[in-house]
Amino acid sequence: MARTAKKNPVDRFFSVMTAAAAFSVIVLIAGILYVLVSESSLAIGRFGVWRFLSSTDWDPVRQSFGALTNIYGTVLTTVLSLAIAIPLAVGIAIFVTEISPNFLKGPIGAAIELLAAIPSIIYGMWGLFTLSPIMSTYIEPFLKKIFSGVPLIGILFQGTPMGIDILTASVILSIMIIPFTASISRDSFNLTPAVVKESAYAIGATRWEVVKNVVIPYSKLGVFGGVVLSLGRALGETMAVAFVLGNNHRITTSLFDAAATITVTLANEFAEADSDVYLSSLFYLALVLFVLSFITLAVAKFFLLKAERKYSR
Amino acid sequence: MAGKIELEVKGLNFYYSGNIHALKKINLTVYRNTVTSLIGPSGCGKTTLLRCFNRMHDLYPGNRYQGEVLFQGDNILSGGTDLINLRSRIGMVFQKPTPFPMSIFDNIAYGLKLKGVKKRAELSEKVEKALVHAALWNEVKDKLGAGAYALSGGQQQRLVIARALAVDPEVLLFDEPTSALDPISTAKIEELTEVLKKDVTIVIVTHNMQQAARISDWTGFLMLGELIEFDRTDKIFTAPSEKLTEDYVTGRFG
Repeated sequence: MARTAKKNPVDRFFSVMTAAAAFSVIVLIAGILYVLVSESSLAIGRFGVWRFLSSTDWDPVRQSFGALTNIYGTVLTTVLSLAIAIPLAVGIAIFVTEISPNFLKGPIGAAIELLAAIPSIIYGMWGLFTLSPIMSTYIEPFLKKIFSGVPLIGILFQGTPMGIDILTASVILSIMIIPFTASISRDSFNLTPAVVKESAYAIGATRWEVVKNVVIPYSKLGVFGGVVLSLGRALGETMAVAFVLGNNHRITTSLFDAAATITVTLANEFAEADSDVYLSSLFYLALVLFVLSFITLAVAKFFLLKAERKYSR
Repeated sequence: MAGKIELEVKGLNFYYSGNIHALKKINLTVYRNTVTSLIGPSGCGKTTLLRCFNRMHDLYPGNRYQGEVLFQGDNILSGGTDLINLRSRIGMVFQKPTPFPMSIFDNIAYGLKLKGVKKRAELSEKVEKALVHAALWNEVKDKLGAGAYALSGGQQQRLVIARALAVDPEVLLFDEPTSALDPISTAKIEELTEVLKKDVTIVIVTHNMQQAARISDWTGFLMLGELIEFDRTDKIFTAPSEKLTEDYVTGRFG
């Protein structure tokens, strides 16, 4: 540090440039937040915080707007997609780290990364033209036949399976978040020291017992962090979901009903927002998503950091 | 005092994946209820040899054995060997302590549970016995439910030994068990080997020649994958037959 950058103009130029680039990120975030808040101030003034969050209204005619149907759709599709994706992703990670022969690890890893590289609009198109008919013709009638009579969960499988619904959207979402969860789980599993695994094998544990009792307990924080990151991605995903969710501002209990998520509403309705309150409410909705995503990411970072600290000891 | 034979290595060659010839025509006999130490410079194959005894190399694809390792007369390198059973009869302790992410009690009970022991009373009894055996009981008896990571390095290593002992193994393999420990903890583990050999046969890999001289009955000296000399420990350290052995144990290289 004795030779300060001040003496050398080139050094100085570079440190100023890099610092500017770094600070621009902070400025950008603050700017986005400012725009969201200022644009939604009309709706905030009209509906308040609690009323907006708890109202199921979404009525452009009477100019009465609430976020609950959108939050409901967002949370439901996210939770459902995680429920589908986590077991698959963790299974993939276990296979790749502990079971698969070496020559398969590369191709499978590459395939998972490719899955992440497909643009979401393609998922949406595939969902609409391929997955949705399959869901409505085979899978949903099948689920309905089995579950619609079962008490409690039967309520989830009522109505006519149309294929454009919560379930199809969740399946698409789950396919999109599997790569994240799988690759973070894989990295976490790889952090388990080989010698700890070996000592479990050395007292006669089978491969499954080693995974269950040593690898997973060792890496659960990392896996959890990966899950929360996927959650963040599922919360914000728009295009793929917009194709197959319908756009229905109602709270429905059946997974065979169309619904609306925050992102889908935003994507669909800006063009038709014909009043100031409508427009302002859409910005308000965006602000809600911003805060939701921010909290999710913060929680994920917290757990990943904690996991890192634990293993670096 | 050549007693019963526990392990007999006959013409063993071992190749790591990529056809790296790590052990060359090893012949060696381990007698029951003795301590046998394997010494030699880094990379000589002593740990590789040790890991042949519980087929640890099988965890990584591409490794290949050739020759025979007889454990109580049965060739454990043959295809039909039940590795799970083999490893519960031949335990292993590693260089660094490797407690599992669970409580002290569960660490010791783990191997027993794998073997199907379910009764709490039986588990408790065997856990206590193993901890007493590994000279750790007095230090941990009041905190069996605490996480194993809370123990000191030396205690963790004795915990791992207790874990290995809990399943009543016939052989214990030690892979430089004291290289990460302080002198006091090291002394405790060395004393322990003296006691343990009444019940089990011990094979220990060590970098520390004084340790080998102190605790073992037999010593094998390896270099570049070959067993240069194998004999009683006092002979190896006082009157070795091979010039290489003499140079190594007198500290002229290594």
